[in-house]
Amino acid sequence: MSARPTRQTPLRLHRELAALWDTPAGWRRLSAVNHTVLGKRFILAAFFFFAVGGLLAMLIRVQLATSSTAFVGPEAYGQIFTMHGTVMMFLFAIPMFEGFAIYLLPKLLGARDLAFPRLTAYGFWCYIFGASILLLAMVAGVAPDSGWFMYTPLSSSTYSPGINADVWLLGITFVEISALSAAIEITVSVLKVRAPGMSLARMPIMAWYLLVTALMMLFGFPPLILGSILLELERAADLPFFDPLRGGDSLLWQHLFWLFGHPEVYIIFLPAAGAISMMIPTFARHELIGYRAIIVALIAMAFLSFGLWVHHMFTVGIPHLALAFFSAASGLVAIPTAVQIFAWIATLAAGRPRFDVPMLYLGGFFFIFVIGGLTGVMLAMVPFNWQAHDTHFVVAHLHYVLVGGFVFPMMAAAYYWLPHFTGRRAEHRLSKPAFWAIFLGFNLTFFHMHLTGLRGMPRRVDTYPVEARLDWLNLLSSVGSFVMIIGFALFVIDLVVQMRFGQRFRRNPWAARTLEWAMPTPPTSYAFASLPHITERGDRLAPDAEGARLAGGHGYLGFTRNGWMETLGVDMTSGRPDQLIVLPRQSFLPLWSGLLTAAFVLCLLAKLYWLSLFAFAAIVVSLLAWTGGTGARQDTGALPIGKGASARPHWETATPPSWWAMVLACAAEATLFSSLLFGGLFLWLVAPAWPPPQPAMPDPLLAAACLVLMLLAALLGRDAVRALTRGGPPALRLALCAGAHGGAALLFALMAASVPVPTTHAHNATALVLFALCGLRAGFGALLAGYGLWRERAGYLSPVRSLDLRIGRIWHDYAAATGIVGIGAAFVFAWLASSAGAAP
Amino acid sequence: MAGCLVLSACSGPLSVLEPESASARNATTLWWVMAYAGTGIFMATASVLVLAVVRPSWLRAFGEARLILWGGLVIPLVLLAGLVAAAFALGERGIAAAREPAALRIEAVARQWIWQFRYPGGHVTTNLLHLPAGRDVDIVLTSEDVIHSFWVPRLAGKLDAIPGHTNILRLHADRAGKYGGVCTEYCGIGHAPMRFDVEVHEEEAFRRILASEAATAGEGGE
Ligand code: HEM
Ligand SMILES: [Cu+2]
Ligand SMILES: [Cu+2]
Repeated sequence: MSARPTRQTPLRLHRELAALWDTPAGWRRLSAVNHTVLGKRFILAAFFFFAVGGLLAMLIRVQLATSSTAFVGPEAYGQIFTMHGTVMMFLFAIPMFEGFAIYLLPKLLGARDLAFPRLTAYGFWCYIFGASILLLAMVAGVAPDSGWFMYTPLSSSTYSPGINADVWLLGITFVEISALSAAIEITVSVLKVRAPGMSLARMPIMAWYLLVTALMMLFGFPPLILGSILLELERAADLPFFDPLRGGDSLLWQHLFWLFGHPEVYIIFLPAAGAISMMIPTFARHELIGYRAIIVALIAMAFLSFGLWVHHMFTVGIPHLALAFFSAASGLVAIPTAVQIFAWIATLAAGRPRFDVPMLYLGGFFFIFVIGGLTGVMLAMVPFNWQAHDTHFVVAHLHYVLVGGFVFPMMAAAYYWLPHFTGRRAEHRLSKPAFWAIFLGFNLTFFHMHLTGLRGMPRRVDTYPVEARLDWLNLLSSVGSFVMIIGFALFVIDLVVQMRFGQRFRRNPWAARTLEWAMPTPPTSYAFASLPHITERGDRLAPDAEGARLAGGHGYLGFTRNGWMETLGVDMTSGRPDQLIVLPRQSFLPLWSGLLTAAFVLCLLAKLYWLSLFAFAAIVVSLLAWTGGTGARQDTGALPIGKGASARPHWETATPPSWWAMVLACAAEATLFSSLLFGGLFLWLVAPAWPPPQPAMPDPLLAAACLVLMLLAALLGRDAVRALTRGGPPALRLALCAGAHGGAALLFALMAASVPVPTTHAHNATALVLFALCGLRAGFGALLAGYGLWRERAGYLSPVRSLDLRIGRIWHDYAAATGIVGIGAAFVFAWLASSAGAAP
Repeated sequence: MAGCLVLSACSGPLSVLEPESASARNATTLWWVMAYAGTGIFMATASVLVLAVVRPSWLRAFGEARLILWGGLVIPLVLLAGLVAAAFALGERGIAAAREPAALRIEAVARQWIWQFRYPGGHVTTNLLHLPAGRDVDIVLTSEDVIHSFWVPRLAGKLDAIPGHTNILRLHADRAGKYGGVCTEYCGIGHAPMRFDVEVHEEEAFRRILASEAATAGEGGE
């Protein structure tokens, strides 16, 4: 079907690629799936929310300027600080890093786009729509007001009867879809979608940072999503997960929240640290020292950060020995941070540092972040924590870490990469005054806030007693914050000036040695006209020469064929090209799916639960529609990919990106499910008002039948793949597999329905959710089997084109395994609940 | 506040920096140790950074791998080990005393947005806690609605009052005087004003007050 592609002139190649990859103009730009376009949109939107969060911060500082300011009342103040924290964490920091990663990652890896361009677009819409819900709620005066960590019971319906808390729970969960999709997107892209020859050990350090961050998101967000679902269920359906009178416990919320919340801080810091690790070598004019040490440090940090969450809960009354454990672990996390800092210092010492504006901002980072790290270690020490916790000492600490560890590096990154976005060199007229205003303003706001806290000022108060002598300290902070805001305004003006009037340059203005500079700037939609072959570590390249070569089409895929948007997939470790990835075209489907998801969330917010079911069904249908036109109806075989090599299209290979995505989705769901099991055990162990009056003992007969059906579904799913690869028809097996799943889902529904009055006790409510989750998984299994059947009928399957069924097989196995665990857990929970008095 | 005004160095009725009990003093000592050590560490790290730019040859002579090993691993590990051990010992000292229940137990019941203190014998005060000087008192913390947190900075660290749970905080005020207390867990619109006073009396006076309060149970405060 495709003749051997011929080499063309650079200009013709550019025209052909651009025709395929460019995002259309006009209203059709809403169909964008391109990483450069979407990365920029993410960054712009996140910057807008930084301004919103900053405005709210100013309102806070006005209110706190003196002990008796009557600027806003306590109700409004509650909304203001809650929204400030929420906006900064969920709508600024995370999306900003996502946008940065989306824009940069393919360019660093030598690919033309990320693994799932439409998922990027869907994530973007989820972010925008979810954020808009929060913003509208704020404008309407019904913004969330229980603090950014939403502790129950304050956020439960008894004490927050309004819609405010629902806005947070549903809106933030909506936004988190984009975080989870980015996590999958980034992980798979780093693992599979790289330039040939780029082995794991040759990846630019930023790719390692983003990989670790994405994996942390994959395991960090599910506990919060589960917590939000449970709390929303409590608020909407009176299921008492957090109600101490009915076997629930507000501490469960704290555990779930901080299980997410602590890793979150590192999720925000690591990408910024990655940017630092990219910039320092360029300005030191020396490759990064300690590349391997940094990778080890990163991985250590990721693991440690999941073992520290209790340090946010030192004052809830936890046994001293447990406190000591978490305190030591919290201190330990300073070590991987120190390793990175000293690796950067060593790099500077090894090279011949050159000073430019990004380095100035990195100096600010160093100063502020090191202080934040030191106060962090202080807070990890229990006796001191008991004093400083929940005071303005903590407010100071968290801003030293977040502003030092994220905002300053990102400003440095803005100056460093803006030429890449715009193709214009910086003017730097205002960048230095901007820096000094921000830096001095920041310290003027927050440095003595440590003292404010030690003098006894709790956080989240709108007034404070005159006798406590906090007035002048606070006034100074407020003045400082306005200096800082002036600095941010200068920064923005400076960026705008640079975008409009900066001088154009040809290539690589900083003489960097990484791949993102081996392309025209501003970048073309397809990033690389042809893909490089990497023979060196990612920070030892020569982008200038390489860029010219690639633009001339001398790398891989220096041609177009079949109107396909192509990039290469590689073997995960060695970087040997093992597949030709054909990416989806521009499409409005992600927008539609996003709109339908928004409709679903709005239905839940308006308590239109019946309608929400239709919206949910519509989302599923719209997502299924994404698959139309993917894959092929006949076997293609290996195709030439340039440089004398060839590769099969991804749908004919063993482990294409979508296969990995399914594995990762299972991992995320498994984390969510484990969090639920943890919750069930935790409540039994710790919560008051146990045992439950009527334990939810599943009917053994139903359970046994369910087990059989699930195993059957898994076996049939496997057998369908076997049949297909042997050349037989899988249809019957798929139909039976779908039937078995459907049956299991029905039985789970029956078991859920037979849970005695779930509103009476958290145990019963947990059993209900447990069965519901297992049932949903089985239902999704039925859908996947049915989808396989449809693909088979439509002619997309063959012995070599078995991907759709193999993806299904992962899920069928997973659903069976977790279903069995679920049923086992239901019995264990019932047994624990009925062996009364077991709970201490 | 009269006593406070006489002291020129006074930093207020809520200040951690002016402890009036052994456990609060421990925390304050820990703070000063960490503050000085932290300043030292900051200076040292910053100096190494400056050296990297102005005298890179020194650091190169030391060796880059060694720099990462010592600066990133060995020295922080030693410092942390010392710090964690010291903090544990300080914390343990406070806890060890509390393993035996104190002779005097006062219940502190939090609700939006007041503190109620119930003494043995049925006396109740609101937003005013009477304590005897020089002896151990257990504050038994509970909440009737949302989470609150009990904090008298000059006497001890804070501890949460959580619905459905009972937490016990050991207090031991050195001497008579007036101290401030605050709620430190956000508990709704009345969070900021949810403060209380602590009056520490000599043993005799404490008894007298309890006896007279018995008559006016439930009032007091302000
Ligand atoms: C632009 C300068 C900023 C100023 C002046 C500022 C100021 C403040 C102040 C005064 C508070 C304490 C409010 C209270 O407890 O009553 C606060 C809370 C907070 N800030 Fe900022 N902030 C700034 C930037 C940021 C940034 C960049 C982030 C995150 C990336 C952030 C995250 C938070 C969080 C999470 C809270 C806690 C909110 C809560 O208690 O629920 N802030 N901020
Ligand atoms: Cu309170
Ligand atoms: Cu409070």
